[in-house]
Amino acid sequence: MEVLKFFFEYKEAIFIIALSIFVGIEVISNVPAVLHTPLMSGANAISGVIIIGGIILVGHADLTTFSLSLVLGIFALIFGTLNVVGGFAVTDRMLEMFKKKKK
Amino acid sequence: MDKVIGILNGMEFTIGDSLLELSYLIAALLFVYGLKLLSHPATARTGNLWAAGGMGLAMITTLLLHKDANGAGIPLTNVWIVMAAIGVGSAIGWMVARKIKMTAMPQLVSIYNATGGAASMLVALLEYPNAIAGDVGSILVTILGLVIGAVAFSGSMIAFGKLDGRVGDIMKPFMTYLNLVILIVTIALSVYIIISPNQPTEMVWAIYALLAISLVYGVMFVMPIGGADMPVVISLLNSLTGIAAAMAGFIYSNQAMILGGILVGAAGMILTMLMCKAMNRSLISVILGSFGGGGAAAAGGDQGTVKEIQLSDAAVLLSYSQKIVIIPGYGLAVAQAQHIAHELDMLLEGKGVDVKYAIHPVAGRMPGHMNVLLAEADVPYENLVEMDDINPDMPNVDVAIVIGANDVVNPAAYDDPSSPIYGMPIIDAHLAKNIIIMKRGMGKGYAGIENFLFFNDKTRMLFGDAKSSISKLVNEIKSM
Repeated sequence: MEVLKFFFEYKEAIFIIALSIFVGIEVISNVPAVLHTPLMSGANAISGVIIIGGIILVGHADLTTFSLSLVLGIFALIFGTLNVVGGFAVTDRMLEMFKKKKK
Repeated sequence: MDKVIGILNGMEFTIGDSLLELSYLIAALLFVYGLKLLSHPATARTGNLWAAGGMGLAMITTLLLHKDANGAGIPLTNVWIVMAAIGVGSAIGWMVARKIKMTAMPQLVSIYNATGGAASMLVALLEYPNAIAGDVGSILVTILGLVIGAVAFSGSMIAFGKLDGRVGDIMKPFMTYLNLVILIVTIALSVYIIISPNQPTEMVWAIYALLAISLVYGVMFVMPIGGADMPVVISLLNSLTGIAAAMAGFIYSNQAMILGGILVGAAGMILTMLMCKAMNRSLISVILGSFGGGGAAAAGGDQGTVKEIQLSDAAVLLSYSQKIVIIPGYGLAVAQAQHIAHELDMLLEGKGVDVKYAIHPVAGRMPGHMNVLLAEADVPYENLVEMDDINPDMPNVDVAIVIGANDVVNPAAYDDPSSPIYGMPIIDAHLAKNIIIMKRGMGKGYAGIENFLFFNDKTRMLFGDAKSSISKLVNEIKSM
């Protein structure tokens, strides 16, 4: 019963998950070994999408009182940004290096 | 502009709400498209930029258009705080990514993965008190986000420590059981929190306890793993961070977060499986850290003697060869010998020798480690050959130079069923006409297995730090 209830309540999300798994597998199949590191690092940056959660959290935080959760929320945002910006920047740098070599 | 334009499931929605969801759809598509382009050499850089663009779009529209449950947008003061935090994170992330030495790349990827895990962990921790008691679904995803995020965070920090040489491998037989116990406690506590009828605000102690034990599990889980298993773990942790972000996406019913997270989770899992396949090992045996146990019996056998080679002899041998294959391993990275190795290959190419690098899929400490390292030293992409392509050609190779690699050339993978690496695909250095092995000393490889290649009749050892050995060799060849 609980399982069926859970499925119905979250059916859209479960659909997304099921399809995303296949998309994820499909998209990176046959990736050459030379791209393993940049691919991992680029995917890592995408997992920084958690930053949206951080924006929502801090965006709607109550600022009238100082709270531990506000501080932790700000940390979540900083960490998320590090993951996103650092991740994309480092991937770009790696790929730039590969490109230069190909000439 | 933000007027109500319709009603869905009894909730009014506005132009802004609709635009926000549309921007998430575009962001999600850009993630997929970016990742697709990232998996082909010619388009990889563009793909990375597309994905980054999708992320930027989702961040901006969330800040401008997101509303809380009461329909209130993000107040201006909060916008400034968010922007300040993003500014700090961007500045640090950008600067470190640009300034860091290329050789420290694996460490950096681990650190960024850790921060992603930490962000998911914190978001889940802070959202937990807002959950409604008895709402199993939302509490479940919150707990999963917290636990997986925490494991990814502390695990990646340990992985960083290992890559940076700050943390050693600690493997005691009892740790397998201890880890199992910690895992069971983590799961039990999670289940307890999920099914508890208490209000989440009364369960704060439990959530902090769960956080603590998850962090400990992350540490204990990565601690015993070393050597050739490192690429597997790094890519597994990467996958976990994605899954944690997706779980947090559930909390906000945010499709871009769910899709982005799961996409990374699935892609990371495939890469993990690829790495496992490259070692002929199952993921479970990597996680349980069963390496280094069984091979003890084989080590006791007759070892034969190793023969050293003089630099001048090595120089002559290399100069008069036609075909040379260099097999790099982690030792090359440790000694930072990639630049001097390239100098050696250019010098030899100048003498008309054909020099290629043979890259084992799990050489180094992260997927594709050797490729990044050699690319940094300007070794042309075409000179890096994958294991399966070089092996058929090995019998025609005059000299195989093994630099700081061990297990990936150990013929025990073929001959010795009792060896822990039996069945793992290796680069067939033993088939080459001559073999030169550069090594610091007679220590065993990471897996702690005796390597009979060292005692092969065709093998000559060149002891010493890879960097200084190669530079001496380069000077020797130049002075010929």
